[in-house]
Amino acid sequence: MSLGELVGLVLTDYTVRTVSIGSAALGAVAGALGCFALLRRQSLLGDAISHAALPGIGLAFLLTGSRAVPVLVLGAALAGWLGTLVVLGIVRNSRISEDSALGIVLSVFFGFGLVVLTLAQRRPTAAQAGLETFLFGQAATLLERDVALIVVVGTSAVLVLALLWKEFKLLTFDREFAVSIGLSATRLDLLLTGLLVAAIVLGLQAVGVVLMSALIVAPAAAARQWTNSLSVMVGLAGVLGAIAGAGGALLSSFASGIPTGPTIVLIATGAVGFSLLAAPERGLASRLVRDLRTRRRVLSDGVLGDLYALACQHPGRTGHPHPVAVLKAMQRSRGGVERSLRRLEADGWAREVQPGEWSLTTAGLARAREGFRAELGADAPPVTGQRR
Amino acid sequence: MTVADLEIQLLAVVVAVGCALPGVFLVLRRMALVSDAISHSILLGIVLGFFIAEDITSPLLVGAATATGVLTVALVELLHRTRRVKEDAAIALVFPALFSIAVILISRFAEDVHLDLDAVLLGEIAFAPFRRVQISGADLGPRSLWLMGALLAANLIVITVFFKELKLATFDAGLAHALGFSPALVHYGFMTLVSATAVGAFDAVGSILVVALMIAPPAAAYLLTNRLPRLLLLSGALGTLAALSGYWVARAADVSIAGSMASMSGVVFLAVLLFAPDRGIVAGMRSRARQKLAFASVMLTTHLLHHEGDPSAERESREAHLQEHFRWSGDFAPRVIWHAERQGLIVRDGGGLLRLTPLGREAARHQMTR
Repeated sequence: MSLGELVGLVLTDYTVRTVSIGSAALGAVAGALGCFALLRRQSLLGDAISHAALPGIGLAFLLTGSRAVPVLVLGAALAGWLGTLVVLGIVRNSRISEDSALGIVLSVFFGFGLVVLTLAQRRPTAAQAGLETFLFGQAATLLERDVALIVVVGTSAVLVLALLWKEFKLLTFDREFAVSIGLSATRLDLLLTGLLVAAIVLGLQAVGVVLMSALIVAPAAAARQWTNSLSVMVGLAGVLGAIAGAGGALLSSFASGIPTGPTIVLIATGAVGFSLLAAPERGLASRLVRDLRTRRRVLSDGVLGDLYALACQHPGRTGHPHPVAVLKAMQRSRGGVERSLRRLEADGWAREVQPGEWSLTTAGLARAREGFRAELGADAPPVTGQRR
Repeated sequence: MTVADLEIQLLAVVVAVGCALPGVFLVLRRMALVSDAISHSILLGIVLGFFIAEDITSPLLVGAATATGVLTVALVELLHRTRRVKEDAAIALVFPALFSIAVILISRFAEDVHLDLDAVLLGEIAFAPFRRVQISGADLGPRSLWLMGALLAANLIVITVFFKELKLATFDAGLAHALGFSPALVHYGFMTLVSATAVGAFDAVGSILVVALMIAPPAAAYLLTNRLPRLLLLSGALGTLAALSGYWVARAADVSIAGSMASMSGVVFLAVLLFAPDRGIVAGMRSRARQKLAFASVMLTTHLLHHEGDPSAERESREAHLQEHFRWSGDFAPRVIWHAERQGLIVRDGGGLLRLTPLGREAARHQMTR
């Protein structure tokens, strides 16, 4: 299928449009809220919340007998919320560290969720597919009213985020200061975690319990590489999340036998990989280039210094040429001497008097003095002085 | 009880103990969630091993899965080392990606073979007795039991032989390094053990129960003791308790065995968290209440000493006044007085006046001058 056909389908086909809009919306919400989870070092809390939501889905079904998505999502939200409270309770009231508390909540809630699901499956009304899609997610099951739910809850969550932007920002970056100016950190904590829970449970139907945490972390981690500004990061993560969501949903709708959740996760993880490599400042590629440049600079500065030292040996004869071999010996085979010389030549600081023999230019002399002063805080020995 | 029942329970106990032993070190090293990461990403190794060997029972699968587990740890570390991502985020990025690849491979290319996603994730220990080891026609018992038994033995041997090294590397990594134990060797050696154990347990009970059995029993035991050997023993015992009670609950209610075992390990942890003798929440509340009473009775004795032999004592040294003076609530003041009386610090005379005993006077003076 060509891209044009795909765009045409998204515009005309009802199911395709519903599914892609829904997945994009939940990706955007998850990406935006995930930024706070990432920055607050709560990446794994998302994993615990999404696993902890499973018994909520099952119990909501058992208690109400309804398979309506809002009911199940509400159950998931309550269970996920309870899970985070249990993690907090364990960490505050015992010497168990946070990672163990998260592991316990994640596995025990999920295990209990399995128990509840086996009970639920005995109900004659339980269409198995209905509940089991929550494990790995199936975006194709999104209906228009599910999308409406995602959009409404997601928009409200983003609205709360916008209204309390200052407070959340302060809480994330300087908690002590936030407390000192009278903000209730505990209440803000709970609220922000509540928003995170909302973002996670919205995604359960399309992405699944097991992998939802990745959709929280990955867009945020990718966006973090491109900017140091929180608002840009949140916006970018929202866009990346939406792309991953829609892309994954579309891919899995058209290729047979590809589950949605994993596809979305792989697209988002791909974005992280690309960002880690290619982001302009924090990216590994640009760091490599920067390191290389610095290395070359250091090497050619060294050669410049050596030329200066040699010039000092020949007072009054600035233009006296020195063989490359001497410079190489002075650099103690650090390599790249020729390249450094060419660089210096390009900068107009050195010139090749005759093949293989080099000397400083007047500008190079000044530059070497300047560098000497910058480095040692003292004047360089004058070239015209006594021969040492 | 049938032979199959016994075999399932034996397997459950072996899995529980086998998971709890390395779990102790994970909990102590604050790497509990590594078990979550490993137990998910080994699926990729199993799938790849299956594609190569084309046989679900091939030992190659175990090897490949163990290697993927170690690879996960290495990838997390690599990502963390770039200093572009925090460690928790690195974990949360690596294992979902590997797991996603595995799920897509399964659903795309292996749907018709016996790699059922649900079974992989959730495990079905009830089926373990059906997969048996047979050598020249002789039935030697369930395959999982052999595999997990071997892994339990490996854990026991490694932990016994390298007890000193593991202990030192866990509690004082710096000293261990200074004494010449390579941190990388200890770390990756241990991670290989964890990974192999997770693979064996995963085969029997699915990935989530692996996490529950590796973390919950050791965390519970950690609230009961400060000594490493006892911690290991208790973890094994609590794991066994969770596994067996989980099995019987599942039998009684006819629900998922793995889910029930995970739930019971949570119940065991919760019980210990609440009722552990020293570090339990209830014990903590009681000791705080005791301290509050003890402190209040010291306050009371100093108050009485201050007014002793003074006309004001007639007014100050009465129960009703204490409520006003210390802002003690109506039922707290009598409890403080009762406590102080029982400690022999004060007596109440006929007129309802509180007086210090010589012991109480001594205690109050000591408090004032120290």
